[in-house]
Amino acid sequence: MLEFILAAIRAAIPAGTPLLYGTLGEVYAERSGVLNLGVEGMMIMGAVSGFAVAQTTGSAGLGILAAAVVGGLLALIHAFASITLRVNQVVSGLALTMLGLGMSGMIGKRFVGQPLAARLQPIYIPGLSDLPILGELLFKFDIMVYISILLVPVLWFVLYKTRLGVTLRSVGENPSAADALGVDVTFVRYAAVIFGGMMAGIGGSYLSISYAPAWIEGMTAGAGWIVVALTIFAIWDPARALLGAYLFGGVRVLQFRLQPLGISPNLLNMLPFLLTILVLWLSSGQAARRHIGAPAALMTAYSREER
Amino acid sequence: MKLPRIRIEKRLSSPRWLPAASLLVSLALAMLSIAIIFAALGVDPLVAFQRIFRGGFGSVYGLQETITKTIPLILAGVGLTLAFKGRMYNIGAEGQLLIGAIFATGVSRLFPDWPAFLLLPAMFLGGFVGGALWAAIPAVLKTRFRVDEVLTSLMLVYVANEAVKFLVYGPWRGSDTRGFPITDEFPAAAHIPTLLGTRIHYPTLLLAILLAILIYLLLTRTKLGYEIRVTGENPDASRYAGMDYQKIALLVMIISGGLAGLAGMGEVAGIHFRLRPPEAISPGYGFTAIIVAWLARLNPLAAILTAFLLGGLLVGGDAIQIALNLPAATVQIFNGVILLFVIASELFNQYKLRLEV
Amino acid sequence: MTSALPADQATVVLRGIVKRFPGVTANDGANLEVQKGEIHALLGENGAGKTSLMNVLYGIYHPEEGEIRVNGRHVTIHSPQDAIRLGIGMIHQQFRLVQTHSVIENIILGLKESFFLPEKAARARILELAEKYGLKVDPDARIWQLSAGEQQRVEILKALYRGVKILIMDEPTSMLTPGEAMELLHILRRMTAEGLTVIFITHKLEEVVEVSDRVTVMRQGKSIATLETAQTTQSELAQLMVGRDVLFHLDKKAVETGAEVLKVEGLNVLSDKGLPAVVNLSLEVRAGEIFGIAGVSGNGQRELEEAISGLRPVSSGRIVVNGQDITLSPPRARIERGIGFVPGERWMALIPSMSIADNMILKNYSRPPIGNGPFIDRQAVATYTDGLIREYAISTPDRHTPIKRLSGGNIQRALLAREISEKPSLLIVAQPTSGLDVGATETIWNLLLEERARGAAVLLISDDLKEALSLSDRLAVIFEGQIMGQFAAREASLEQIGLMMAGALRQPVSNETSAGEPA
Repeated sequence: MLEFILAAIRAAIPAGTPLLYGTLGEVYAERSGVLNLGVEGMMIMGAVSGFAVAQTTGSAGLGILAAAVVGGLLALIHAFASITLRVNQVVSGLALTMLGLGMSGMIGKRFVGQPLAARLQPIYIPGLSDLPILGELLFKFDIMVYISILLVPVLWFVLYKTRLGVTLRSVGENPSAADALGVDVTFVRYAAVIFGGMMAGIGGSYLSISYAPAWIEGMTAGAGWIVVALTIFAIWDPARALLGAYLFGGVRVLQFRLQPLGISPNLLNMLPFLLTILVLWLSSGQAARRHIGAPAALMTAYSREER
Repeated sequence: MKLPRIRIEKRLSSPRWLPAASLLVSLALAMLSIAIIFAALGVDPLVAFQRIFRGGFGSVYGLQETITKTIPLILAGVGLTLAFKGRMYNIGAEGQLLIGAIFATGVSRLFPDWPAFLLLPAMFLGGFVGGALWAAIPAVLKTRFRVDEVLTSLMLVYVANEAVKFLVYGPWRGSDTRGFPITDEFPAAAHIPTLLGTRIHYPTLLLAILLAILIYLLLTRTKLGYEIRVTGENPDASRYAGMDYQKIALLVMIISGGLAGLAGMGEVAGIHFRLRPPEAISPGYGFTAIIVAWLARLNPLAAILTAFLLGGLLVGGDAIQIALNLPAATVQIFNGVILLFVIASELFNQYKLRLEV
Repeated sequence: MTSALPADQATVVLRGIVKRFPGVTANDGANLEVQKGEIHALLGENGAGKTSLMNVLYGIYHPEEGEIRVNGRHVTIHSPQDAIRLGIGMIHQQFRLVQTHSVIENIILGLKESFFLPEKAARARILELAEKYGLKVDPDARIWQLSAGEQQRVEILKALYRGVKILIMDEPTSMLTPGEAMELLHILRRMTAEGLTVIFITHKLEEVVEVSDRVTVMRQGKSIATLETAQTTQSELAQLMVGRDVLFHLDKKAVETGAEVLKVEGLNVLSDKGLPAVVNLSLEVRAGEIFGIAGVSGNGQRELEEAISGLRPVSSGRIVVNGQDITLSPPRARIERGIGFVPGERWMALIPSMSIADNMILKNYSRPPIGNGPFIDRQAVATYTDGLIREYAISTPDRHTPIKRLSGGNIQRALLAREISEKPSLLIVAQPTSGLDVGATETIWNLLLEERARGAAVLLISDDLKEALSLSDRLAVIFEGQIMGQFAAREASLEQIGLMMAGALRQPVSNETSAGEPA
């Protein structure tokens, strides 16, 4: 039993890592008031470009960097469409997902079936990795896992305890108040959305460079949509995103192992989405909205109307 | 560092020809962008375009396949024109389609001995009910609790996905399927007749076209349609006129869900004759239907045409898989780029851009 | 009568400011001169140009002409940031605060001090400022937990924290309870005692008299006079505010008034924020008369018009139409009862992108001849709309034209046409000619007079005093949700009306509803 639990945790963490990257980014994007439904497209483009660059240059690091850039570029399109042109954010995001899914298949075609030359090796942390149980459990992951975990307190701190965070959150709650005080709402939103795209790209690259590692068409398999759900489930908070990512990731990866226990993997997979709907419902009341809830200006475009 | 600013100004008046012109221009720009993308990725755009369009429209077989794919797109797309007209952003048509498929399958399992003239209508009804119920969930959450329907309907897509998988891997897995996650084949009475030699299940096609016409008439000739249009365009005015917003929102969602459910029924009973894993039943028809509706500028009759075009694109995708060794999903590039340019073009009807440096 | 102090000693000088928008000139050569350390009131009706002028000073608007001097130096203010850098801050009527954030987070928003939240330093400075100016507030409280008065204090602290020395406040007491309003006036006194300068925009005479040192009266985009508050009277101010323009004498036939159509008794209605907007209001309108309600907008007119038309719930009181109590009736029932409603916000009653025809049937689409079973009879719609277009001379290519393409005057004509064609027994019209040119205005006025002649009861709500006086048979003035006085329009004294509009005069409540005794 204990072995099972340990194995479960050990599997959940890498499975949750791409979700964590994506969610941290999407939390920032949505906190600025922009809904990004293009995460799936950005993740998969991150996966394919990460793999392509890593394979051709022999450097995993360059691959991850490329993934970030690609994710950011796609996010730039979404930002331009939804912030500057003020088109419907939902549709713009969906379009980018379709675009990303379509392009990734094309780009990745010649990489299908190739084993990755430049793998990410597990990091050896002197002392910690040698611990009897915990060592195996928690300290034999590769660097991307650790970076994602470290990002959580950093991003949490930035969001709540720095001027930058206050600005970001204000833009998402009441852009006109921020605008009146000289905050460049447009710039903040662009930056947040592009950051979100970059993180999505990095998360996708984790799949192809470390997790699999390989390029398979459509390998994100809906991870981007789980990120959208996770962002809500985590109630737009980086710390809760950590828990949620490992929870959702764990469910995804363990769905089959739990089957002997009589738990249907499919019903298990439904849970994250159902729970998200529950969160949406609970946070919809007026009183609830004050304490938890979506950024008030989410999905509304902002313009400083003259008269 | 001062970034160049782009200012949006509302147009004071716009010429009559603007909407049509901007649509055409946006489509042209979309094609151009797609060509550039193809070229950048090492594929000759002219060859690719040719293969895709020939695949979908250039041969008898291609046309047949296109019409086959058009059927669910018309159904779901028309439903979405109604929902979007009423300002309900139903992004979950894909899920409603799948639940419709489940219900239809369920009906066939409940009454396997019924004759076709009873069973098929019952299955269509079941499909409609399933999709309608699935859409009712986000509808009620929106009207009663003000929960945004975009996110809830989207989440329910993945729940529906898993529901189908659950059934085909579990309780409904067929006995003679050698372990494949599919149900047994439907009884003969539950097969929708197809046009000889093709996969075109024509009753569904006729139903789809009929429904497109009916929805069009509903929108343009009935009181309810008028209420839907007013509520969608200006909720304040609908309140002023004493219209019942809740009733309207619920109705459009339920009808659009039901139509998507019919699409699901058509797929399982007209093409596969069994329930299969979700990706086999629908390669994203519910999402493509969003483009069908948008491209048709929310006109149900035009949706027949746009459904045909997008259906042909999907078939073209299959074609280049063979011809150019590209993944079928490549045509999603078309979907994405076209959608982006179309929504951007709507903008140009209302506003003009000014660049300030 | 203009107080003349050397311009170079003045803290703020605005001279010859011209600000135009498409169709309207907001400021027409306006002047203002404010001394350091004074509380300067900017008084005027709607459209007088007060807020526009201050928006120019605060960098939200760029004037077409005119000059601005701050502390003697000529300046150009491109944006609120420029204004703040010059020490000018503005607090708007609607607060711009992030509800879920704390006071500290709201105050330091947008400041480029440091990367980390300067919590300790900010808290200390905020408490210091609060102490100095008497602005008590808990720095860690969330905005939604605060009362309106406390939220306003946060807005003031926002400005003071940024070193603002000249504070502009736009209708500062509009969101406050009377108690909070008093507190605010005390705070303003303390601020100027410490060397700050305050300009506040208002239409309430009581405030001007209570706390300002000097007052500038504006009308129609121009500055009419600047006076030492102590040396003027409320009457004089009211007259300046309202002007002595020759009234537009309309050819009003004498019409015999008939039965009482609308009776409002003791109506109390809340605003969106839950504050009282209409307070114990009573009035009657008879058939064949135009009953006008004059007043500066924002004094409960919108809530009143919405309450009578059924779009806003009533806290207490009664609304009776043709003998039937409709206080709880839904909008549709009221439409069925023959109540026409042209709202002040006209796009609330129209759908811009839909055709004229579709707009014209908004209220009668479900009834024959337009509505026929579940269908809409297109032929009937065509006949009906074409009829309206002809009868009311609506200038349009055809009935299929989207209504937003029409000129403002024609849109209003169409809207009125729709309401009038149903021959309502009660017609409520709010701001019927706002934004319209002279010709269109005349047409609309004639339509209203025709309705009156037909025997309709017309309730006219207008912030344009000239319009109210010209059209009404009887007139009432509304201020802070209450009727300050009612009288026959012919017997109206401009001075009294001005005083009432500014809250400085109230008629004693009498049993007769026509002309009462002035206070």
